[in-house]
Amino acid sequence: MEGSTDTAASEGRSRLGRRLLTERLSSYWLQGAGYFAIALFAFIVLALLYQSLPLLSEYSLVQVLASSNWNPAENEFGFLPAIVGTIYVTALTMVMGTPIAILAAIYIAEYAEGRTKTLVSSFIDVLAAIPSVIFGLVALIVVVPFVGDYLAPALGSGATGTGIFTVSLVMAIVVTPFMISLAVESLEALPDELRESSLGVGATKWETIRIVLLRAAGPGIFSAVLLGFGRVFGATIVPAMLIGGQTQLPSSPFSTGQTLPTLIVNDFGELMSIPLTQSALIFVGLMLVVIVWLFNFSAMLLRRWLQQRWQY
Amino acid sequence: MTDTALTTENLAVTYTGNREVEALKGVSLEFPANQLTAIIGPSGCGKSTLLKSLNRLHEIQPNVEITGDVLLRDRSVYNTDEPVPELRKRIGYVPQKPTPLPLSIYENVAYGLKIHGRCDSKDELDERVETYLRKVNLWDEVKDRLDAPGAELSTGQIQRLCLARSLAVEPEVLLCDEVTSALDPISAETVEETLADLKEEYTIIMVTHSMDQAKRLADEVVFLYLGDLIETNDTRSFFENPQHERTQQFVTGHTAVEYTESSEESGADSETVPAER
Repeated sequence: MEGSTDTAASEGRSRLGRRLLTERLSSYWLQGAGYFAIALFAFIVLALLYQSLPLLSEYSLVQVLASSNWNPAENEFGFLPAIVGTIYVTALTMVMGTPIAILAAIYIAEYAEGRTKTLVSSFIDVLAAIPSVIFGLVALIVVVPFVGDYLAPALGSGATGTGIFTVSLVMAIVVTPFMISLAVESLEALPDELRESSLGVGATKWETIRIVLLRAAGPGIFSAVLLGFGRVFGATIVPAMLIGGQTQLPSSPFSTGQTLPTLIVNDFGELMSIPLTQSALIFVGLMLVVIVWLFNFSAMLLRRWLQQRWQY
Repeated sequence: MTDTALTTENLAVTYTGNREVEALKGVSLEFPANQLTAIIGPSGCGKSTLLKSLNRLHEIQPNVEITGDVLLRDRSVYNTDEPVPELRKRIGYVPQKPTPLPLSIYENVAYGLKIHGRCDSKDELDERVETYLRKVNLWDEVKDRLDAPGAELSTGQIQRLCLARSLAVEPEVLLCDEVTSALDPISAETVEETLADLKEEYTIIMVTHSMDQAKRLADEVVFLYLGDLIETNDTRSFFENPQHERTQQFVTGHTAVEYTESSEESGADSETVPAER
């Protein structure tokens, strides 16, 4: 009798030992997976940096960033046109897309009801899921002729239709549904008590939305806009199809141009034989990664501050 | 009795979602002015529905149908040209969960005042904010940090802030939905004391799941069961001499009613679906 309880006890101990071992191993395993993500990022940055060194040893950082001559055949590596093009595209896209995204999100989350709501939001999800190359194709058939034949002439520009404005318009169409979905989610996550509290002192629906709900959902909406920004900033296929690819500084929003990603895709294959070109293009990649990272990091700080200020 | 602030006439509310639910089945009631009326009953009996239909707050949900009427001082709440925000200014509402608006402590109280353009100058606004924070016994605790976010206060302080916010627009009637149920006992006591002070000046209608609270605070008690009005009386007669059999069972805590009441205390709130029994 006593012997059997002893065996039971020792069996219990060894079982516990096994469970604790699994516990330790699983936590190492998860920790490893987490650190792997950090290591991967560091590796990418270091690889890009290492491959950029040949360019940076020939030219100073100021030289390549401030020069507007991009002509690898002549050993001229000026990134300014592509930088200006990227800023143009990103700014124009966000100016066109963000207000519509926020207004549409408010409509879906606060005003639309029943079947209309289901219909509208499912269409927006479908739009968000379409690969952007499709938008590029349709834009070539529809938007390019529209801008070239009507809009640009109406505004006194002799543009052909491809160019910075066209890219921005199409990118706005690409990212807006994506921003809408995320903004709707953060509005719908708000507790009804917030609405009831505000309406309960006699506020109108619009006052409730403007003063209370947009603040409470502010950090979430802000994140939605930033994720949209990141997508536009790194967008490759739509700009590559529609921007026209000239290497001068763009003179107007309707002119053709380059963005940092299109510089890479347009020149990577054909100009690789020219010395330093590969290094120059890899340096462009490094700039993209660093800028996106800096942006996300400062956005995180700002979001944290907003969350504290506008907590509910 | 004293004069009547609010009257319901055969008020019925039906939720017409996936499953049709009659949450309130034709309730006719009178709420006396400048008194505190407690609405009690088991979970799912229509307490919150009744409260929210008094100032049309249930209208923010889809699929609600309402018949009958509510009269505020003899004027219809439903058949009227008066805009709903104006009505809700006169009949204020404080939700169960302590909910600060995403604004500073000061702006939380000033919110309604600013919306309704009640104050002409900053000084006047400051003065009003102080008045109402004093009225809910919160001024001394927050006077040095009026610009801090409302959400940084403790839940008990937030609930008093919510009361101040509602009072600031000078409602005639104040609807309180279980305002102490989310609070710890000490905070709940402070809020109760505040309500006891306020009932001198305001008509307060309060939903509560605690019969002790109703006994302590209320002048009148309304007992609802599965969307029906079972009994209403002054607090003393209601508890000492209940007329209806269900009231007796509920007050003495015999029957299954006790069970649903404790489940409500644990936070399960399903006012829209009557408990099956």
